[in-house]
Order: sequence, then structure tokens, then C-alpha cells
Amino acid sequence: MLSQYALIAVLAIIAFALPVVGLLLAWLLRPHKPNPMKNSTYECGMETIGETWVQFKAQYYLFALVFVAFDVEAVFVFPWAVAYGKLALYGLTEMILFVAILLGGLMYAWRKGALEWQ
Amino acid sequence: MNYLRDFFVNLAHSWTAWLAGFLPGWAVSLIDYVIVAVILVMMPVIATLTLTWMERKVIGRIQNRIGPNRVGPWGIFQAIADAVKMLIKEDIIPDRADKPVFNLAPVLIAAAAMMLWGVIPFGRRMIGADLNIGALYIVAIGSLSTVAIIMAGWSSNNKFALIGAFRIVAQLLSYEVPMVLSIATVVLLVGSMRMGQIVEAQTVPFILVLPVVFIVYTLCGIAETGRSPFDLLEAESEIVAGYFTEYSGLKFGWFYIAEYGNLMAISAIVTTLFLGGWRGPGAAFAPVLGPIYFAIKVVLVVFLLMWIRGTWPRFRIDQMLQFAWKVLVPAALANLLWVAIMLKLPAPVAVQYVLMLAGNLVILFTALTLLGRAAKRVVAQQEAKQQAESGLVAA
Amino acid sequence: MEAVAFAILAVVTLGGAIMVVLSQNLMRSALWLILSFFGIAGFFVLLQAEFLAVTQVLVYIGAISTLIIFAIMLSRNFMDPSEPRFNEQWGLVGGFSALLFIGLATVVTRVAWPVSAGLPPADAIQRLGIDFVTAYAVPFEVASVLLVVSMIGAIIIARDRE
Repeated sequence: MLSQYALIAVLAIIAFALPVVGLLLAWLLRPHKPNPMKNSTYECGMETIGETWVQFKAQYYLFALVFVAFDVEAVFVFPWAVAYGKLALYGLTEMILFVAILLGGLMYAWRKGALEWQ
Repeated sequence: MNYLRDFFVNLAHSWTAWLAGFLPGWAVSLIDYVIVAVILVMMPVIATLTLTWMERKVIGRIQNRIGPNRVGPWGIFQAIADAVKMLIKEDIIPDRADKPVFNLAPVLIAAAAMMLWGVIPFGRRMIGADLNIGALYIVAIGSLSTVAIIMAGWSSNNKFALIGAFRIVAQLLSYEVPMVLSIATVVLLVGSMRMGQIVEAQTVPFILVLPVVFIVYTLCGIAETGRSPFDLLEAESEIVAGYFTEYSGLKFGWFYIAEYGNLMAISAIVTTLFLGGWRGPGAAFAPVLGPIYFAIKVVLVVFLLMWIRGTWPRFRIDQMLQFAWKVLVPAALANLLWVAIMLKLPAPVAVQYVLMLAGNLVILFTALTLLGRAAKRVVAQQEAKQQAESGLVAA
Repeated sequence: MEAVAFAILAVVTLGGAIMVVLSQNLMRSALWLILSFFGIAGFFVLLQAEFLAVTQVLVYIGAISTLIIFAIMLSRNFMDPSEPRFNEQWGLVGGFSALLFIGLATVVTRVAWPVSAGLPPADAIQRLGIDFVTAYAVPFEVASVLLVVSMIGAIIIARDRE
């Protein structure tokens, strides 16, 4: 099994190396004439107004948080799914309970408006 | 003749045996790995060269125009012209941008697109690495793109890039949950996460057994690649170019390659999970036909995705996120539990499959009915608001 | 061969962890942390616990790192490198850290950890799944309750702010 991961490691090395090589090649080929106009930040063709920092809405954080909960749930589902053939009926009921609890959480988030965008 | 029946695998064996004649074991393995890795790493590049042309032609025809036709016959060299252009354009790094992170982001996202191909089964025993956790590996590599996008948006030192990055990350996270749950449903049906085994288990292609899971996964796949109708972030009229506004030249090119590589990868995964991968008439007898069937199916799925891009209107971001959490996640969970219940029924497999199909259609019908009612409610609310406003104005 | 892989992964993990602390930019610290997580995933692969490796990437790097970065964004002044690196209390804190390090090192090296002799079985994931619903059923259900509780708690706190 480790040999499979050796392939993945080689794949990772080459996958990271290829863009780097490509970028080096482009660096050799392209012109390099910086001037302040070109280097300034793009803001719809005007000068930048105000600090480059935006008020970060708590909404993004809530989405990420609900995502963490469901991501972990999904990870729990996979070993159960692989072993399902060997489980008796209690395997099914326990997973139903697990999913029901999480659906309850989703319902709560829904009702409290955590899933709205505004 | 026998050699030709399983041509690619036999070729690999002959090559390895020849190498082993004069090289130690580890060197042979290393050379084999490097060759396979180079082939796999080329897939997103090939995807970009071919699919960009295909997309511009298909969308062009949908929009009743011809698409590129100047550079070579039917414009097939258009992609090469674009590639040369990207190579020689000046690379502008904005002031006060975080240079190392700025340069690393395109590398990371391109690398993720390439690593995805390591577990895709092109044919029987023609897979980079048939990992025990193949299905999860795909999701994990997909989550790498999220990190790369945050890096790109933040290091550009540009308000629009940052906002664009956050919004697209919110979209990616929201659609990852139903995607993982759909994959879990297929894994449940097969009993293994190995991609090779998922193909082997499809005596009946799973799209016929679980059509709604196919629909959910395809929609999530489209959202994950950031294409229309979920491309609010790249729409030029909206937020410039979103998180890669400040990128130019080949760095932008790598984002582009990653996008098309992901498009083809999603199509390949859909083919593997739902359309039977490399299976087809005669593939059991002559495995060399496997990759051909696989390629045909992938092109069909890609065409479907391009068709959707050309015809559906764009979602608003709040509609998009609500659709993911309120419709797709419950639907995916319902599918998962239904398949689980069906698998425990003391009935032959065929009956189980038919009942799963029936359950899927019930879920689809329920979802559409509820969506229809919600839509009517929203329309009624808007009309009431309009009437109130016009009432106020008139009075 | 494995020793070489172990050495490389150790450098990546520890180097990333050190840079998390040394970096002055909070955002860069988060990125070094992600590199460290990759190193840990590599260790899991070396131990032939592939499910744990892919869970590490999927949950820690895919979800929790994003959450950390969003939390960093929520706080102000995260890009202020003009603040002094060391404040007045660095002597005291350094002393405590050294004590903690000695304590942990003693525990790690002296305790007889139960080490299994062989490799994980070939059907490790299946056995994990079976254990989830048989031997460890209660922790399994408690985990879902824990997830929901954390979700509800964060939603309450975040909504209160607005």
C-alpha cells in the first residue's frame, strides 16, 4: 500500500514542479517594465479609495462553522458506509440517529437565519 | 492478438520487465512512477487546450454564432495562440502585495488540479493509484483549492479580490457538503471507497439506480468548479474577475488551466461514479477498449456541462447558498438514508435497485414541489410589496 | 527509504510549526500552520493510517484552516507589523515555556506507550466502521451532539453581535 502513496508523492512533486517551471520559463520570456501606474491596485480604473481592508461580515464565519460540523459528519459517514454490508439493523438505526441530530442542528441554523446571506 | 487485447497494461509490463533487466528495483519503480505522474500531470493542460476550443464553439453555436474560426481549420489552434499570449505577457505584481503568497497561489491551485487525476480509473487496472480511500482523496484535494483561492484573494492587496475570494469560498464550502454526501451514497452502494472497485461494481450504471444523486453531484460539481450558472464571482460585469483580478500572464494562465482541469476532472468523476467509467460492450473481453469508452463518456458529460453553462441564467449569491443548504443537503441526506434502508431489505439486488430508483424519484418530486411552493411564496411577497409601494405612491 | 521520508516530514512539520510562532503576519502564520498540517497527514500515511491522513487534509486543512483564517479576518489589526515582537513579560513566559517543554519531553520519553507490533490490518476502514456502531456507539452519537452544540453556540454568539 505504501508504494501507492509513493506514486502520489511523486505526482505531488511533479504537480508542484510543473507550474514553477512554467513560471520560470515565462519569467525569461516576458518583458519587465514596471511603472507606478501599472503596479497600483486595480479599482475599476480609478485610484484606490480608502484602506485595503474590508469589514469582514460574521456571516462568512457562520458558513464556515456550519461547514465544519457537516464536514466532520461526512467523514464519520464514510467508514460506516464501507462497513455497512457487515452491519446488522442497529447499524442503520444508529446512523439515522446521527443524521437526525445533525439535521436538527441544520434546522436550528435555518430558523435562526444563520444560512441567510444578508 | 492477445497482446493487443489489453494493450496498455501489457505494454507497461513489458516496459517494466525490460527496465528491470538492467536497473535495481527501486529505480524501475521510480521511473515508472515518474512516467505515470507526467502523463497525469498533463491532463489539465490537455483539458485546457481541447476544452477551451470546444467550449467556445459549443457556446458560440448555442448563442447562434460560430465561435473562433480564424486560427487554423475551425479555429483549433486558438488555444495555442492563447497559451503563447499568456506566456509573453508582462507579469504585474501590485504594490504591497504579499509576493511569496501571491506567487504560490497559482502553483497550488494548478497542482491540486493535477493531483486529482491520480485516482481516476481510465480502464481496468489503468489507474494511477487505486487508493483504499480514493473517493475521499478526491474531496480532500478539492479542498486544497479553497486554500489556494484564499491565498490569491488575500495576497492581491485588492478589495475586490478579497471580497471575491470570500464569496467564492463560501460557495465552495456550501456545495462541498452535498457533494461529499452524494459520494458517500455511492460508496454505501458499492461498499468500498476504491475508485477501481466503484467502476467494477456498476453492472448497472448508477445513474439508472440513483438519478437524483447524479443530479445533486453534478450540480455541486458545477458549483465547485465555479462555472455558470454558479459563476457570480467570475462574471465580468459583477466583481471584475474576483479573486484573480490582479493576476496577469502565465499566473493567470495557471488559474485558467486549473479551472478547465477541474472541469474535466469533475466530468471524469461523474463518469466513474455514475456512468460506469470505462465499462462498455466488449470492455470485459478487451480492456484496451476501456479508455475509449471512458473518453467518450467524459466528453458527453463535459458537453452537458457546457450546455448548462450556455443556457441557464446565473444565480444570485444568496439564492445559490440557500439552494445548497436548504435543498441539496437535505436531499443528499434523504438519498443516503433511503439507500441505506433499501440495502437492508431482504430482497434480491434487482428489487433493491428498482426501489432505490423509486425513492429517488419521490425525493425529486417532493423537492420540486416544495421549491415550486417556495417560489410562489416569494413571488407573492414581492407582488404584495410592489402593490404596497405603488399604493403609497398613488396616495 | 522510510527514514528519509520521516526526516523530510519532520522538517516540514516542525519547520512549519516554528514559523507559525515566528511569523509576524497573522495570515502567514495561518498558512505555515497549513503546511504543518500537511506534514502530519504525511506522518499518518507513513503509519499506514490512510483514512486518518485523508481526514486530516479534508477536515483540518479544508475546513478548520478556513475557519481559522476567517476568524483572523474578523479581528482587526492583523496586519500590523509595527507592534513590538517581544513585550515586557518575555522572561517570565520564556521560563514557563521551558518548564513546560521539559515536562512534556520527560513524559514523552519516559512513559511506556502501548505500541502495536504489526501494521494496521488491510480492512482497517471496515473495522473502523464496525467499531463506530458497536464498541464505540456512544462516543459516535455523542460526537454528533457535540458538533450540533458547537454549531448552536457559535450561532448564538455571532447573532448576538449583530
